[in-house]
Formats: sequence, structure tokens, C-alpha cells
Amino acid sequence: MIEFVRKVVRNRLAGLGLIVLSVIILLAILTPLLPLAPPNEIDTPNRFTLPFSDNAILGTDHLGRDLLSRLLWGTQLSLAVGLAAAFIAGFFGSLLGIVAGYLGGRTDSSIMRSVDILMAFPYILLALAIVAALGPGLMNALIAVAVVNIPFFARNVRGVAVTLAQSDFIQSARLSGRSNISILVFELLPNVASVIIIAFSTTVGWMILETAGLSFLGLGSQPPQADLGSMLGEGRAALITNPHTSIIPGIMIFLIVMGINLLGDGIRDALDPRLAKGQLEKPSPLTRVGDGLIQSPPIAETASKAVMDINHLSTNFEVGDAVTKAVRNVSFSINSGECLGLVGESGSGKSVTALSLTRLVASPPGVVVSGSVRISDQELISLPYESLRAIRGRRIAYIFQDPLTSLHPLHRIGHQLTEAMSTHSRGTNSVFVERAKNLLVEVRIPNPERVMEAYPHELSGGMRQRIGIAMALANDPDLIIADEPTTALDVTVQAQILAILNDLRQQRGLSVLFISHDLNVMAQICDRVAVMYAGEIVEMGRTLEILEHPKHPYTVALLACCPQIGQGRQNLQPIAGMPPAGHEPLNSCAFANRCSRVQPVCQQQPVKIVHIDSQSVRCLFPVEES
Amino acid sequence: MLRYIVRRLLSMIPVLIGITAIVFLIMSLIPGDPATAILGSYATPENVANLNTKLGLDKPLIQRYFIWLGNLAQGDFGRSFSLNRPVLDEILERFNATLILSGTAYLLCSFLGILTGIISAARQYEISDKVITFVVLIGISVPSFFLGMMLIVFFTVQLRWLPASGMYAIYGGGDFADLMRHLIMPALALSFVATGVIARLSRSAMLEVLRLEYIRTARAKGVKEFQVITRHAFRSAIVTILPVLGLQAGFVLSGSVYIEIVFQWPGIGRMLVDAILTRDILLVQGGVVFVAFCYVFFNLAVDVLQLWLDPRIARK
Repeated sequence: MIEFVRKVVRNRLAGLGLIVLSVIILLAILTPLLPLAPPNEIDTPNRFTLPFSDNAILGTDHLGRDLLSRLLWGTQLSLAVGLAAAFIAGFFGSLLGIVAGYLGGRTDSSIMRSVDILMAFPYILLALAIVAALGPGLMNALIAVAVVNIPFFARNVRGVAVTLAQSDFIQSARLSGRSNISILVFELLPNVASVIIIAFSTTVGWMILETAGLSFLGLGSQPPQADLGSMLGEGRAALITNPHTSIIPGIMIFLIVMGINLLGDGIRDALDPRLAKGQLEKPSPLTRVGDGLIQSPPIAETASKAVMDINHLSTNFEVGDAVTKAVRNVSFSINSGECLGLVGESGSGKSVTALSLTRLVASPPGVVVSGSVRISDQELISLPYESLRAIRGRRIAYIFQDPLTSLHPLHRIGHQLTEAMSTHSRGTNSVFVERAKNLLVEVRIPNPERVMEAYPHELSGGMRQRIGIAMALANDPDLIIADEPTTALDVTVQAQILAILNDLRQQRGLSVLFISHDLNVMAQICDRVAVMYAGEIVEMGRTLEILEHPKHPYTVALLACCPQIGQGRQNLQPIAGMPPAGHEPLNSCAFANRCSRVQPVCQQQPVKIVHIDSQSVRCLFPVEES
Repeated sequence: MLRYIVRRLLSMIPVLIGITAIVFLIMSLIPGDPATAILGSYATPENVANLNTKLGLDKPLIQRYFIWLGNLAQGDFGRSFSLNRPVLDEILERFNATLILSGTAYLLCSFLGILTGIISAARQYEISDKVITFVVLIGISVPSFFLGMMLIVFFTVQLRWLPASGMYAIYGGGDFADLMRHLIMPALALSFVATGVIARLSRSAMLEVLRLEYIRTARAKGVKEFQVITRHAFRSAIVTILPVLGLQAGFVLSGSVYIEIVFQWPGIGRMLVDAILTRDILLVQGGVVFVAFCYVFFNLAVDVLQLWLDPRIARK
């Protein structure tokens, strides 16, 4: 509870709302004690006195009544009526919602049918009809506004209650033979409370506005009693000659509702877990880079045969003060026509590495803090957005893990393919369509015409990933980065996709950075493999050498927990322990805590890469041939 | 598609009947005797009894409901006693004026709301986002009738630019330009609140979509950021925004009641308030049912549009 209040108040706007609202509520409560003129005392000779005159701070109205006094009494009335309406609506609405959601079946459907019908009215029509039936008056306006808002509560609460009613703890409470009422009150109610509070905070401002509105129309409070709405209604007659009689109550309504809205937003943010994690932040088109990196001039170096050189690349996730180091000082290069595998368990930083190369890591929270990524003549990390955009998809293309989520669900396949082309080259649509069909044939899609017209949800997983490959090939890129392209697929489809990728790679002489957690997959397609652990590359070398003669104890352990087809029921050995948390600086070998060969010296300093033959390994005591 | 529309049309029948039942039930709560209300308190008992028979008010409630429903189905909304003309004639005439006002305001708030919401999301935490968020906050907090009054004080009283009341000038008006001059202020006042609500929702819908993987795919393809926002993110966000646009139609219609009063607009909202104050039951009943039906059909249209925009729905 204290935590909750702190969260609300930490939001500065919500704090402001709370202050405004508290002042107004305090004034409303203290109104009877303040030395005010009587609100209904008529003094016609002194009508329409302007604000800041001697005997009336806010002036007087058309009957010479003191506006300050009427304002405060009116505020008190409006607040009381609005809150009462909100409580009534909240109580009955939540009751209906909980009962409907909990009991389900016929009770549910009949309650929700009626709610639907009530919601089919524009709200004021229903309110007007109720006031018409009961007659004008503040009490009746209150009832009307409350009734109109019941469906809103019922809907929201029912939605949550339905899911809760199916949950295990409610089911077991039912089975234990407790009465429905006790379950409703002690189990269900506490769990829907946050929904009720959110619904309340969204609607209470509305309800104050609506009751004021009915009073404004002359259907709420009746003279001489005045709430803020009827003060505005009375002021309207003198709007042109004496606008202050309208402005004063109008501003008060505005302040009240604004205060409630600000506070309500704060409450919602504090109760909504998605916002707490900062998930509703827009990622910028480029990953932010650390200070100083943008200015660093590209280092001139003799042309290597590498398609891409990555040096000392580090990427962090920064949420507030918390920094997680996802990629630590990674260096490697991809040669022309080569397939380099990047392998590691989940969380080892391999995908973040891949996305960092063209600065696609979601930012916030991602930040590329150091390093360089070079393709032939260009340094990508410091490249301005437009130039990098021209490279993305044109010279470096991606294939992502789950084609269902990485293809646009509402665009036809044909459009997604031709868009990849039209982004980077000029041409008529028919040319692009023709090229797209050829690509589909190349990835062995049987009826390209039909697939071009399809939406992603109409295709199978394997088909979708072929589209993903075709899209990556669209501009004949120099380098394809395949980020776990087969992980989301089942095994037979996996094999097909791998075969397609491998064939294309050889036909076209493609360079590929292939990311996977699966060493078996690596063995099928990669020339070289880099093993990542805790954001670092711990071992790198030719695929066969790594698989047959691993030198880093982590690689050895990784191989030992990889099932081999045809080896029967071999003992799979999971690696005990957890990788180090990303927010800690590494003052030792990252694998030391889980290593079976650990020595005291491993715990004392970070370990550098050493080269043994054609392999590089980050270990003080590399595994010898057994 | 067609099957969906037919199914939706059929499922609307109980809703429409429910609306008439609720309205009728509420109106039957009115204490007192309509005949007395019409004839005045000095009427003789015989006259009252005669009128009651003539109006069918001596029959039981259920029977009266079905007679009224049957008449409605034939387009007979009854006769307004205070205006002494058929209710439907009056409604259609007034609804025309309401449609001009609410329709303009609705288009305005949909367009501005979505546009500012997108800008706000695309420039999250930048100055334009902050300005929009601030204006939106004012928008959703200010009562539309108060805003309308302040517009009058400023543009009519201070600047003398725009007329403060009615649809047309009494002398020499009547053309389109005249209507526009009368329409600007009420339409602005009416659309301001809804613009705020739509802008807020559009912003969060856009932010929600911008986190998704297919937006990253678009960026990885090298698609221009402007198109990432419009063709990719907005194309998906509109699917979330649209149902709320449907609901906002109800809020705009509701708000038009106040605005019609403030600007003396001869619409259906003013008619209803007058009818309530004169206790003209048939006019209230007819007006409420008519507008509610329009709203239901409008939301059906929104649902069909939704289906067209999101082909995934048809599969479920």
C-alpha cells in the first residue's frame, strides 16, 4: 500500500493532481466553517459586482448573491453528488460484473445482454430519459448518472472475473465446499479490486462532469440551491454582459476534473504492470550509442577480405540506473562467402550482438556503448540514420526467429516482398512482383501466385519462414544475419529450411551470420563457429575443430548436453548453476562459478583470448586432447 | 463478409427491441396522468377520461407497449402534443441539424485525434509530444458547454468574428458560407473533448504496436521511418483505435445536447430537453429511440469496417 502511494506520488503530474484535488476537497469540507456570506441571500442592488470588489472577492451574480460563497457551496454539492454517483455506479456495476463472471452460464449471458443494451444508448439519452421520468432534481440527476455508468463497471469487472473464475485457486475454493458468497467476497473481490479502482478513477471525473451537465441543462439541482453546473447555467443568461459569473464556476469544474484525471493517470500507471517495466516506450529507429562513439572517425585500415569486421562491440540495456551488460567486448569478422555460426544459451547475448550490427536493438533500453562494426569502407556504428537505412535490407539483411510475429500480420505477402525491393531501388511494381515470384520459387514455394495474395496467418510456419528468407534475399545483400531462423519450427521443417538456406548460400556465394543455440544445426551449415557465454565470445574456430576438439570447458559442457541423433540414450549432462548476472562487472572468468576445472586464479581476473593453432579460446587452462 | 453482416444484423434485433422496452419502461415511470398534463389541471374528469381512451392509455402497460412498438415499426411515432405535429416529422427535421453539427465534430475529432496521437507516439517525450499531451489533458478535463461559452465570449463578444447562436443568420443568411460561420464554434467546442480521448488512445495504441517484432522487421528492411510509422505501425494501430471511434460517436452525440443548448442550435438535443421540461412523453420516447437506433446502426458500420481492415477476424 505504501509502495503504491509512493509510486503514484513519484509521478509528478499525479502529485500535482493530488495537491489541486486535496485543496479543493479541503475547501469544500471547511465551507460551513468559513466566514462566508450566505450563498442564497439576494441583494439585487449589488448585482453583477465584478470580482475583487470590496464586499465580494469574486463578485456577485444576477441576484447580487456572493459568488465566492456560492462557488464553495456549489463545489461541495457537486463533489458530493459526483462521488455519490460514482460509488453507486461502482458498487452495483462491480456487483453485476463479479456475479456474472463468477456464475457464468445463463446468469452471465442475461446480465451481459442487458448491459449491452444499456450500452447501446449514447449515455446522455439514457440519462435524459431517466430524468424525464423521475422529473428534474439533483437526486434524480444523481440516479440517472449512476445508472448510465453501471454498464461500464459491469463490463470491465466481468472481463477479469471470468478469467479468475476459471483459475485454480477459485476452483479449489469451490471444491472445498465454501459458499459462493464467501468465495466472492474473500477470494474474487480482492483480485478484481485493482480493476475497480482503475475504472473508478477513469469515470469519477466523467460523472462529476455529467451531473454538472444535467444541472447546466436545468435538469439537476433546482434554484435557489446551486451546484457548479447550475451556476454555469444561470451564468449563461448573462454571458455576454457579465462573463465572470460563468467563468468562475467553469474554471472550478475544470480544476476538479483535471485534478482527478491527473491523479487517475498516476493510479493507473502504478497499477498497470506493463508500464512499470517501461514497455510502453517507443524504440527509436536506431539504437542509441554511447557518448563519444558517434564522433569517432572510421579507422583507416588495409582492406581485408572480410565482409564485416566487428571490433570490441559492447551493448548495454539501461533502465534508469540499472545497467545490464548484454554484449561485452565482442570481436570477430565474417569472411566473404562464409557462414559463421554464433552459438550460446539463451541470454548469452548472441541475438543482441546480431541486432547491434545495424543498430536494431530496441532503444530504450539498448545502448551500444563501444566498438566498431565495419563493412568494406563504412563504419556502421557512427553512421547517420539515412545512410544506415540505405544499408539495412540492401547490403545487410535479417531473417528473424518467429516469422509469425516478424511478418506484418495485415499486409499481404506480395506487398511485404515488393516493399523490400521498392525501398531500395526504383522500378515499376510489376517488375517487383515478377522478381518476388521468382524469389518464392527459389525458396521452393509451390504456388507463388496464390501465396503472394495471402496473409501471414494463412500460411504454415515453414512457409512463413521461407517468406522470411525470400524477403532477406530481395535485394541480393552481401550479408545475411539469420537470428535463430529455425528455432520456432518443428524438426522436419527445420531440416527443409536449413537445406534451402544452405543451397542458396552456395549458389549465390552468400555470407551468413547464423545464430542458434543448437550445435547440431551449426554443424550442418557453418564453416566457423563462435561460442558466446555471458555476453563474451569464449571460443572461436572451424566448426569441425570446435565440435571435435573443444578447448573451452563451457563448449565441452555445451556439447555434453546436446543430444546426438543415432547415439541412443546417451547421458545428457546439464550445466549446473547460472550464468553471472549482467549487471555485475566481470572480475573473473565468467564461467568460473560453473566450471569443473576451476582454479583459484580463474576467480581473480578477467580472462583474455588466447590463440591455439587456428582456434581462439578465453580460458587459462584450455582443455587438452583427451 | 456478407454472412457476417447478415449475422450481425440478426443479432441486432434483440438489442433494438431491448432499447424500445427500456425507453418505454422508463417513461411509464412518470407519475401523474398524461391527459391531465395535456389538458391542464382545470380539465373536467370526463374530458380526461375521454382523452385517455383516445390515446389508448386505459389499456394495460404490456398492451400499450406492443401497440407503440407496432406503430413504430410502421414509422408512426405518434403525435407531439406540445408542438401539435407528428413526432417523426419533428425528429427528422431536428436530426438533420444535429447530424450537421455532430457529423462535422466527429470527423474533426477523429482526424485530429488520430493525427495528434500518431505524432505524439512517434515523437515520444519530445517537445511536440509534451505539448500535445498537455492540450489533450485540458481537452479531456474541460466541460464542452463551458468551452463553448468561452468561445462565445472570445470570438463573438471580444473579436466580433463569429455568430453565437443558431444555424443561419435570421436576415440574409441561408447559404453554405453562412452555415459554416455558424458551425465553426459549436463544432470545435463539441469535438475538443473527443479529440483528447482519441488522441490519448491513438498514442498508446501506436506505442503498443511500435514495440512489436514486425516493426523491427520493417526497420531491418530499411523502410523509411515515416513509412514505418504510417504504413506499418498505424496500419495495425487503427484496428485498436476503430472500436473506440465507434464509442466516441456516442460521446459526440451526447455532447451535442449541451452544445445545442449553448449555441441555440435547432437540433434533436435541444428538442429533447424542451420535451422533458414540457413533459411531452411521445416526443422524448421517439427522439431517444430514434437516436439510439442510429447509434446502433453506426456501430454496425464500424464493425464491418473493422472486419475489412483486419482479415484475421473473419477466421475466428
